Amino acid sequence: MESTNVYAYKLITRKEYFSPGHRACQGCAEALAVRLVAKAMGRDTIVASATGCMEIISSPMPFTNWRVPWIHVAFENAAAVASGVEAGIKVLMRKGRIPKKRINFLAMAGDGGTSDIGVQALSGALERGHDFTYICYDNEAYMNTGIQRSSSTPFGAATTTSPAGRVVPGQVTWKKNMPEIAAAHNIPYVATACPSYPIDLIEKVKKAARIKGPAYIHILSVCPTGWRLPPHQAIKAGRFAVETGIFPLYEVENGRYRFTVKIGNLRPVGDYLKMQGRFSHLDEKMIDTIQKRVDKEYGKLKKKIEQGD
Amino acid sequence: MGKRIGLEVSLSAAEAVKMADVDCIAAYPITPQTHIVEHLSELVNDGQLDAEFIPVESEHSAMSVCAGVSAAGARVFTCTSSQGLALMNEIVHIVASMRLPIVTILANRSLSGPISIWNDHTDVMSIRDCGWIQVFVNNGQEVFDHVLFGFRVAESQNVMLPLMIHMDGFILTHVIEPVEMWEKEQVERYLPPFKPVHSLHPDKPVTMGGVGMPYIFSEAKVAQDEPLIQSKGEIISAWKELGDIVGRYYNPVETYKSDDAETLFITQGSYGETVSMVVDELRDDGKSVGLVMDRLWRPFPFDEFRDAVKNANNLIVIDRAISYGGQGGPLAIELRAVLYKTKNQPNITNFICGLAGRDVTVDDFKRMYERSMEKIKTNPLEEDYEYYGVRGK
Repeated sequence: MESTNVYAYKLITRKEYFSPGHRACQGCAEALAVRLVAKAMGRDTIVASATGCMEIISSPMPFTNWRVPWIHVAFENAAAVASGVEAGIKVLMRKGRIPKKRINFLAMAGDGGTSDIGVQALSGALERGHDFTYICYDNEAYMNTGIQRSSSTPFGAATTTSPAGRVVPGQVTWKKNMPEIAAAHNIPYVATACPSYPIDLIEKVKKAARIKGPAYIHILSVCPTGWRLPPHQAIKAGRFAVETGIFPLYEVENGRYRFTVKIGNLRPVGDYLKMQGRFSHLDEKMIDTIQKRVDKEYGKLKKKIEQGD
Repeated sequence: MGKRIGLEVSLSAAEAVKMADVDCIAAYPITPQTHIVEHLSELVNDGQLDAEFIPVESEHSAMSVCAGVSAAGARVFTCTSSQGLALMNEIVHIVASMRLPIVTILANRSLSGPISIWNDHTDVMSIRDCGWIQVFVNNGQEVFDHVLFGFRVAESQNVMLPLMIHMDGFILTHVIEPVEMWEKEQVERYLPPFKPVHSLHPDKPVTMGGVGMPYIFSEAKVAQDEPLIQSKGEIISAWKELGDIVGRYYNPVETYKSDDAETLFITQGSYGETVSMVVDELRDDGKSVGLVMDRLWRPFPFDEFRDAVKNANNLIVIDRAISYGGQGGPLAIELRAVLYKTKNQPNITNFICGLAGRDVTVDDFKRMYERSMEKIKTNPLEEDYEYYGVRGK
């Protein structure tokens, strides 16, 4: 995987379905992830987007960055809107009102739109078994509204609603494990991904689109603005997240867990934390607490992978 | 002429949805709407209706699914009540701005709290300004006819707006009434297949629901309000054509013995039928009374309403909702404004009654008439209103 990334630009289609000219911040790894996902999904895709960064940067009327059909309705309902689009197209094809062909249905939202306000609509759509892919672009806070904490914000991170205070040192809860929640719906495919590993990401999106039934992909999307790190370090931060084991890359296909990017010896989690301003207030004791948690969670995942379930 | 059968009104609503050949139904149960979605699920599971039945996990998702289906270019139906409408409120507003022709039945029920499952119009008034076409119906036949009318108007390319049918919970949803079904051929003549102006398809990508920055937001809202106002033309012609096909003619404002009446009751929804009996009985007693029923709530039929009340001295406005701390019932507030500049303004007395299903009988309306006659002698102010039949008042 490491070596193929060198040739990534040759392996990836040159066609863009999420066009240049959008209004994302410099170094936005989420916009990069969206671009890669759009490439992987291809032309015959319909996108339902939640409110959030990716919606506001790509659709200020009368402009659009979307070269595939795209709809935005509200914040918490991307999964429900995608359910409707999928059902509508399916029935129109069945009744012969539009020609039959394979169309990919993609719902996308941020971590707030997925693991907080949108978790109910997502759970409903996964349970009903719509043939669609749901992608959570996780930048670990409500970045669009100004870096407020979400249930996906990691322990210790300073945000504008979990500031590093004299008494409370930033976020005091552990990140909600959304991929596991999705997997608990017994859907055919769940994966984690990160645009720092573009080939891995694209392969997973293609697989999710190919598989019949619901698929869920959780993409760690480094946000230089909210994470307080220089834009040119966004890709590196994503790599460190994977290499430290704080965000392992794996997939769950029909219940079977598998690492898609194998890391030999995990990097100390401090390497990842210390490059980001949002963790700059953490002392060694807190870093050690986080290290222990990462070891434990990584161990749990590893066990599932070794057991093959 | 279609077959006339005795049927629970909710079931006849579902039968009308079947006749409209909807493509998708988004359904979440809430009393008193449940019988409609139950029957629709039976029709789908028995193969009588080729549609996707999407049993969503909330009303918020029900309306969101409707948005997706409609944007994909398919015909979609949902129905709800009260708290369900309150939960989907956010999306109710958005689909109007997106010009998605969703048809919804609202089985009217009071909004919490206290929680109640019974009928009034507090849910209706919570979405008065949501940008939908809204019509009230009085009985089971009107429900049936207006489902087909609803899709016909909403999907008209000059309109392309969602449409809500207000149907009193329990008073209509749970009673058996004679309903004349339409013939298949009549439906085909009246309701053409849905041809969306834009739809989501990879062969012709469109972006729907983009951001409205300040430089474009106002223009977008005007572009939403104008077609709603103009939809009245299409509404009236769709009613005319409906009458020509099935022999029942509907109007934005319905009247009963109103032309020569000194005093007019003004109602919305199923109370109209009760009050028509009241009118007959009061007329037998020599009182000059008539009835005006508002059928079209949005766009409001200003001309028709002013014309219907032009000869009356007194209006008794029956409200089934409250504008807390305001001028009484929402209907009365609006009618006072509508009549503000007319010559010979009538006296308006406003009664709020029948909240959460409390029965309002013929005798109650007669007492309201008497009370109104007393009140007008005192020349009541604009903000005057009265809760009828409330203990301790």
